[in-house]
Amino acid sequence: MFTQITLLGRWGIDTLQELGRAGVLLFRVLFRFPNLKKGFPLTLQQIYAEGVLSLLIIVVSGLFIGMVVALQGYHTLEKFGAAQQLGPLVALSVTRELGPVVTALLFAGRAGSAVAAEIGLMKATEQLSSMEMMAVDPMHRVIAPRMWGGFFSMPMLTIIFNAVAIYGAYLIGVKWLGLDGGAFWSNMRDSVDFHLDVMNGVIKSVVFGFVVIWISVFQGYSAPPTSAGIAGATTRTVVYSSLAVLGLDFILTAMMIGDW
Amino acid sequence: MNNLVEIKELSFQRNSRVIFDGVNIQIPQHKITAIMGPSGTGKTTLLRLIGGQLQPASGQVTVAGENVHKLSRNGLYRLRKKMGMLFQEGGLFTHLSVFENVAFPLREHTRLSNDMIRTLVLIKLEMVGLRGARDLMPNELSGGMSRRVALARAIALDPELIMYDEPLSGQDPISMGVLVKLIRTLNDYLGLTSIIVSHDVTEVLSIADYVYAIAGGKVIGQGTPDALKADKSQQLRQFLDGLPDGPVPFHYPAEALNRDLMGDII
Repeated sequence: MFTQITLLGRWGIDTLQELGRAGVLLFRVLFRFPNLKKGFPLTLQQIYAEGVLSLLIIVVSGLFIGMVVALQGYHTLEKFGAAQQLGPLVALSVTRELGPVVTALLFAGRAGSAVAAEIGLMKATEQLSSMEMMAVDPMHRVIAPRMWGGFFSMPMLTIIFNAVAIYGAYLIGVKWLGLDGGAFWSNMRDSVDFHLDVMNGVIKSVVFGFVVIWISVFQGYSAPPTSAGIAGATTRTVVYSSLAVLGLDFILTAMMIGDW
Repeated sequence: MNNLVEIKELSFQRNSRVIFDGVNIQIPQHKITAIMGPSGTGKTTLLRLIGGQLQPASGQVTVAGENVHKLSRNGLYRLRKKMGMLFQEGGLFTHLSVFENVAFPLREHTRLSNDMIRTLVLIKLEMVGLRGARDLMPNELSGGMSRRVALARAIALDPELIMYDEPLSGQDPISMGVLVKLIRTLNDYLGLTSIIVSHDVTEVLSIADYVYAIAGGKVIGQGTPDALKADKSQQLRQFLDGLPDGPVPFHYPAEALNRDLMGDII
């Protein structure tokens, strides 16, 4: 009994310490005067590595998810004679929920794990230590550009995902199942509110991007410098990020629906 | 003779394990000082303490008159520009070419033109004999070449102090000979102060001006290589002569073998 209480206490203390260390890392990245001349090109490189290189998986996933939602939606709506409402159904599902959530999950798997592994490997091979000994702060040179790169990439990826998913739904609904194209787009335009639906989805993606990339850089930076340590860091990045995205999605949705 | 680095009553521990217990070391300017000792005695830790990457439990480390562990972050980074460190694995940036690795500290800390940086990088690479390898990536280099590139990078900013962490371990005889000669040449021609951490007794004694031997968290011997070779202390003899057992035990502490094997039967 006492052993279990001790273990629980130990787990609690370890978790709090880890949260504290993650907070310190975030503080060191955010509350430092940035060197724009050097930081901007590095951030651009990371937008390429984390954002542009994630485009393929985002576009393909968006296309198929849009097509599947359209297929499922059409057959359900048709039973109630409301097949013309397919456009709004797909647009609302994608912009409000599927776009930000699925993009964040894919981003965590594709870019987050790569960032964690890269930073972990740099630590294991003494690249971060050698940088420190050359009087170059790894926070500025390695961590901050990766954080900002992920932060800026996620909303852009989400917007692209949304657009491609809606186009996938158009292909299925209009080109394959024979819905009227004009009705598809005009019903969508009437039902979708730019602020409430599109922008709220983008706000979600900003929050998800921030959390996913924070988890990724922290897991990489705090990984034990061994092969098992790096493997564990990448796994934890994907698991923690996915859980955080799903949990935060519920909280944000509740806030947004409650006229926040 | 002036000391560039002074370590006074340094103590350091990891969890409950004591790594250093009141160690005193002086590193004279423009000399090669070797820190030797068996594996796991904290030689690399000592370099990290000198570089300010670790905080001691007590004692002080002074480099060029500045107490390393009392400096602000900016002060520490300013001091580190006077230091170069060659890591055990080289620590080369794997995404940058040999040229860019050597150019890295110059690009970070100077406002030199690209032409000037190119000239300086080529001079440093020429010193280590790898000017022709400037376009190779780190994964295309052998272990010895990697360390030579790392050495060129470490001297890119013309530091006062250079620290070598096990520069000779795992090297073939040719690479070892090249590195030993390079360390001596660079120290003499560039007026550096060098600290070599190593357990390669023969090679290090051949180039060091002064040697400290560390074991069990303490300095067990010090002096010129000749003085150390003549030293009769048991602990030092065991290390220098490579004897398997002695004051530094071969066996990790454990209960008696028969009890361990037979369990509760005896």
